[in-house]
Amino acid sequence: MINIFEVNETNKMIEQEKLDVRTITLGISLLDCCDADLDRLNAKIYEKITRVAKDLVSTGKAIELEFGIPIVNKRISVTPIALVGGQACKTPEDFVTIAKTLDQAARDTGVNFLGGYSALVSKGMTPADENLIRSIPLALSQTERVCSSVNIGSTKTGINMDAVKLMGEIVLETAMATKENDSLGCAKLVVFCNAPDDNPFMAGAFHGVTEADAVVNVGVSGPGVVKHALESVRGKNFEVLCETVKKTAFKVTRVGQLVAQEASERLGVPFGIVDLSLAPTPAIGDSVAGILEEMGLESVGAPGTTAALALLNDQVKKGGVMASSFVGGLSGAFIPVSEDQGMIDAVNRGALTLEKLEAMTCVCSVGLDMIAVPGSTPATTIAGIIADEAAIGMINQKTTAVRLIPVIGKDIGDMVEFGGLLGYAPIQPVNRFSCADFVNRGGRIPAPIHSFKN
Amino acid sequence: MTKTIITVVGKDTVGIIAKVCSYLAENKVNVEDISQTIVQGYFNMMMIADATASPKPFGEMVQDLDRIGEEIGVKIRCQHEDIFTKMHRI
Repeated sequence: MINIFEVNETNKMIEQEKLDVRTITLGISLLDCCDADLDRLNAKIYEKITRVAKDLVSTGKAIELEFGIPIVNKRISVTPIALVGGQACKTPEDFVTIAKTLDQAARDTGVNFLGGYSALVSKGMTPADENLIRSIPLALSQTERVCSSVNIGSTKTGINMDAVKLMGEIVLETAMATKENDSLGCAKLVVFCNAPDDNPFMAGAFHGVTEADAVVNVGVSGPGVVKHALESVRGKNFEVLCETVKKTAFKVTRVGQLVAQEASERLGVPFGIVDLSLAPTPAIGDSVAGILEEMGLESVGAPGTTAALALLNDQVKKGGVMASSFVGGLSGAFIPVSEDQGMIDAVNRGALTLEKLEAMTCVCSVGLDMIAVPGSTPATTIAGIIADEAAIGMINQKTTAVRLIPVIGKDIGDMVEFGGLLGYAPIQPVNRFSCADFVNRGGRIPAPIHSFKN
Repeated sequence: MTKTIITVVGKDTVGIIAKVCSYLAENKVNVEDISQTIVQGYFNMMMIADATASPKPFGEMVQDLDRIGEEIGVKIRCQHEDIFTKMHRI
């Protein structure tokens, strides 16, 4: 039987160490909504989302209450809209109507974000893909809750450099279209390589075509819990350090698995995966940077940071896989700058640069995330940064992503405030040398040799 | 069977257990086990209870106990046992 110490440990994790379930994300397939008529398509999309997700928020709240564990976000992901709207949408403006429908459906179901305004163009772009991509700046500036992602490469297909170049321009245009709000639109836009079909985390969530009609995915969190556990093993060797992370990740993931099962049962929707990510928030004590510093770094960004992050990521996975029957999504440690107080502090004290962050993305679960750069950064430079990240993902067979925010009208040293979970960030310098001639070549980077495993 | 863990944390005062137990009795919740410690002057109690026979929806019970806690100046949590067994038992 459970004892008082175990109960206290769990409740202390929740109350003092900010253990929470970061998101219950309901994936909904919209493939059966396809229609040649745009109005009919929009009506079907709205009907399906509001029907399937009508109990999502209330179910999430009930679970939260009964188990005493906060479930921070309830969200929806849908089939990449470029696939759904291909038949009906002939122009970027046509796609924007779908974005507005999604936004309305998100409001009416009470979710704070809906992901899947996406295109998968890792090898080539259909006219629909290109129209959707070109509609992103308008779509993100005219909606509040819609998130967009574009997959521009994979280990199997190589990197679509035409799409990379286009995304450099689109990121900048999105920044411009939302410049009144500190270019907030870019916080809702992710450029992926090796995008997973079942990621529950925003802004990159979409419901892949390999998925069932509807599925429940859960993202756990708990950087504060890991940090606290590590405080008790200060100065101990790496074996002890790794064991501690692993055990903690196990406990955290078990809670995610429980919530996922409950949500699946109550909603009558199959359980998909638990995503084992350590996702920080700007709240004090909820920081991935804090864990790395607890391991013995004076500041994140110091030599040793990449090694510390690598072991953290690996141990989180090792602890987590045993705790859940299905693990998926991004699973690992997130290193968003604006959403992590420790990362913000490290940038401010000059310890953490864009280049070090890039190195860290080789071993973290995603990529360059929520990094504010000067609004004057050229589109080709943004494309170059995307290409670098995609190359890391392609060669290392991992998911990488770029969520850069070129803040129009701001420069190095300025601060930008996104609000809520998105946090705030100092504008970071970008290498000023040009890669325009490289990016402008056009075409594709072929798949790497180790992709040929047949 | 709905096994429930009720925890009470706060400054020790007269009648905490009485208050919680009378609420549980009124709502047909059977208390199976009680353990209690005082940590740094703070009252710390855990009850394992069976709410199977209770007509009260679980969510309401959580809110009622939370309110009772506020009245007597302690924090009362009422949670499904599963969150603890999942975390601490393989």
